[in-house]
Amino acid sequence: MSARSKQPIVWLLFGAGGMLSALIGWMLVFITGIAIPAGLFLSPDLFSYDHVLAFHRHWAGKAFAFAVISLFLWHGALRIYHSLHDLGIKSHTLNGWAVFGIAALGSAAAGYALLAIGF
Amino acid sequence: MGRRTYTRPMDGWWLRNPFFVKYMARELTAVFVVLYALILLVGVMRLAEGRAPFEHWVANLQTGPAIAMHVGLLAVFLYHTLSWFQIMPKTMAPVIVAGMKVPACAITGAGLVASAIASIAVFVAFRMFAA
Repeated sequence: MSARSKQPIVWLLFGAGGMLSALIGWMLVFITGIAIPAGLFLSPDLFSYDHVLAFHRHWAGKAFAFAVISLFLWHGALRIYHSLHDLGIKSHTLNGWAVFGIAALGSAAAGYALLAIGF
Repeated sequence: MGRRTYTRPMDGWWLRNPFFVKYMARELTAVFVVLYALILLVGVMRLAEGRAPFEHWVANLQTGPAIAMHVGLLAVFLYHTLSWFQIMPKTMAPVIVAGMKVPACAITGAGLVASAIASIAVFVAFRMFAA
């Protein structure tokens, strides 16, 4: 039986998500949560159904959306996992299933929705 | 019955030292990164469901409370960016240039500049997509 640790994989996803969110996360929050909804610097038309659909039908748009959603989830999952330990909640198996389960399910849901949108 | 040895209580350990408070603040940003990812995930799922569900999602984002919440998220994300590049010199292998170790503040500064450039590129891309 190989007892190879899964930690490097989780850490890679954590690091990639941390870096992506550190580089462009704040700007994405500004664009999608403030600028477009409030019509500040960017047209509210960017959130029209046709615009957003066209963006996500392109393979590059799909890849970008999937990377942002799934990597942000994996980044947050590892930090929350360790924080639960730091706060004295030490049921590691349960914590692991909860946080990494949300990241895995969220990634799967994003992948499914992006494929369902079509090309 | 085991011996009742003294164990130091660990409740609120991170409040005892400002360094640990900063550590916890940094780790807490993760909750909001997940929250933002879930908001986007719901958006993509509504988009897959069709026009009406997606437009409902957009209408929710256009409300005052939603915009106010994103202003709060923006502050948290800016702190995440700062703290991420502040700890980067401690997590990466030392960088040697011309026989000298690059100082931590230079690595942090380079990271913040990279974030500014990448983010401006994203903003410009959105503007071009709108045109």
